[in-house]
Amino acid sequence: MRRDGSGPLPPAPRRIGRVVGGSVSGGLEVRLDAEVSVEEMGIGRFVTVEGNRRRFLCLVTDVRLKSVSDQVASVPPDYDDPFIARVMGGIATYGVLQVLPTLVLPPTPEEPPEPVKTVPVHFAPVYEATADDLRTVYGDERQAHNFQVGSPLEMPEVPLCIDIRRLVERSNGVFGKSGTGKSFLTRLLLLGIIRSGLASVLVFDMHNEYGWKAEDKERRVEVKGLRQLYGSSVVVFTLDEESSRRRDVRYDSVVEIGYNELEIDDLLLLAEPLHLSSRAPDLMAALERYYGQNWLREFLSLEGPAAREELAKDLGFNLGVVAALYQSLGRLKRLAFLKPEADSRAVELMLNYLKQGRSVVLEFGRTNDLLAYMLVANVLTRRIHRDYVTAKEKFLGGFGDDPKPLVVVIEEAHKFLSPAVAQHTIFGTIAREMRKYNVTLLVVDQRPSGIDEEVMSQLGTRFICSLDNERDLESVLTGVAGRSELRTLLARLDTRQQALVLGHAVPIPTPIRVRDYDESLYRGLRVDQTGPPDLEKDLFGDWSS
Amino acid sequence: MTALRVGEVIETATSRFVVHCYDLHGAPPLGSLVRTGPPERPVFGLVGMVRTASIDPGRRPVARGREEVDPEEIFNKNPHLTQLFRTEFEAITVGYAENGAVRQTLPPSPPRIHDFVYLCTPQEALNFTERLDFLALLLEQTFPAPVDELVAAAIRRAAGFRPEPEEFLVRAGRELARLLAPNPTRLQLLLRRLRHEA
Repeated sequence: MRRDGSGPLPPAPRRIGRVVGGSVSGGLEVRLDAEVSVEEMGIGRFVTVEGNRRRFLCLVTDVRLKSVSDQVASVPPDYDDPFIARVMGGIATYGVLQVLPTLVLPPTPEEPPEPVKTVPVHFAPVYEATADDLRTVYGDERQAHNFQVGSPLEMPEVPLCIDIRRLVERSNGVFGKSGTGKSFLTRLLLLGIIRSGLASVLVFDMHNEYGWKAEDKERRVEVKGLRQLYGSSVVVFTLDEESSRRRDVRYDSVVEIGYNELEIDDLLLLAEPLHLSSRAPDLMAALERYYGQNWLREFLSLEGPAAREELAKDLGFNLGVVAALYQSLGRLKRLAFLKPEADSRAVELMLNYLKQGRSVVLEFGRTNDLLAYMLVANVLTRRIHRDYVTAKEKFLGGFGDDPKPLVVVIEEAHKFLSPAVAQHTIFGTIAREMRKYNVTLLVVDQRPSGIDEEVMSQLGTRFICSLDNERDLESVLTGVAGRSELRTLLARLDTRQQALVLGHAVPIPTPIRVRDYDESLYRGLRVDQTGPPDLEKDLFGDWSS
Repeated sequence: MTALRVGEVIETATSRFVVHCYDLHGAPPLGSLVRTGPPERPVFGLVGMVRTASIDPGRRPVARGREEVDPEEIFNKNPHLTQLFRTEFEAITVGYAENGAVRQTLPPSPPRIHDFVYLCTPQEALNFTERLDFLALLLEQTFPAPVDELVAAAIRRAAGFRPEPEEFLVRAGRELARLLAPNPTRLQLLLRRLRHEA
């Protein structure tokens, strides 16, 4: 029976065992009934516990074998005999589930679930969670701010929705070793954010897989990018016009960055790839004082050793230091999008689009080395962030509108947010200040252990695909309740299409199967695009290309 | 089917009673359910130790069959023999019924001397063994010595009355597994008896 009373009666939930011990902090121990085999159970499933007054929704985090006495284990019964195995299995030897209480279910679906503050009584019966139980908790897509990213493992019929309102309130992370579907999950989240109209996104698209189309290597098909699905609500910029054209991508503008837009901090962020010496910061500061704003252009235009020698003398620096810096910064010349004198209209344009509430994907084309990526992402984001800070402050002072929230997507995030450089980059700032200025991050990364712990702890919602490395597993669950239990679960996720979602935007930590990125998804999006017309219009006005 | 009358109570106590069978060698099989006492409050017992001996403890029987092919011939030729011996069995009390409800505990008072004893019909046995609390009563017995044999026999018989004997064996086996959890070796021996002779 559905909640409105129509439809057939649902099958009664199956009883699987009873609570035999546990605590709020350590989770509950559930002894399985004799008829229930441990092999039917699995970590990542949900069960409900019927206490005397409350119903608890719990997540299975471990399955163990136990026997009533040590003697049974040391002198094993004759389990080759099917009768003895059947009789003693579940009684003399039995299965135990370790379950983590996640929520107290409300008596009626209309009320919100409550956090867990106690445990059920001894021997409270435990049932398999039903689809309705989970629907009550996750909500559904009928609420406009919900977006389905997948289904709980083993429960494909239940949509797992994330609350986009809560998602964009904080910075978030998508983690997983390479090849686990991070990009697909990220693209899905972006579709959800854009559809909701609650925020715009700015994607630094290192591998050109968000804007127009991408390849699903598993299924060997092309999948649609944001621009194809949302049309003019998404604008594609490129750093490499030629590559974009070759790939038949409809881009809107080409981005160039001038030397004068680079700040010393931007270059310090690149200390490693540029091989900057320890004296470089001082020298750059001196150069800026000496030449003014265009110091980099002037410095790199010095032809011949004689000119550099003279400069070294003027500044009072060792010639070696100057020559080394010249050589290091000379590497910037091979970045095609960096121009001594740039046409910065593209950057202005990008800002305007964002102000209109549209989303922007910046493709890197063939320029996908880390040096270029970090430089561009940092320079542009700093510029945009500055703009948002101004707008927000004006709004707080009573002028203008509150800027529409912006989600900035960066890949290889550990390079920007490592403890060593997090202070230099704008991303460290954004992650720490949370949503104060309406700008948040969506970090996509395969080495979460490289990310500064402070930044990590600020992430609101984490989408964690399969990870192997111990340190990554450790760091990705920083500051999460029930961490050791979730860790077991995480270490056993499939490497394909599975993820653990936890944090601000989901009511409970949930291992999910990520939904398929295919026609049915596209259809859903299109329906919604024409769905609530006021939402569309509010967001994008009557603008058409 | 009416219950077959097999004998009378000749010795009685709270937890057991002794039955003198009307027929020589006429005791029901080990583990059978018997009933005695007034119909409104019958007491149930399981056939335990069966014994056939001389009526007069001073007179021991002598071997008579040297010339016979079949031992049955001895009785045919000496019909008085059936009068010189008697068959008794000891029944372990496993419950009683009151107001139609079966209780698998000891009755408030034991059966009386000369109460008639009936072998329960399959239907009665089936009803009685729907619940398995009597197993606890049985397992606590210290006498007769092979109590586990009695338990196994009782369960096998009860299973035999059912359309799905295997299911009953498993159910009873699980009950035993619960009761004998501290003693897995005994449990295993008992389970094997259930299994291999079923």
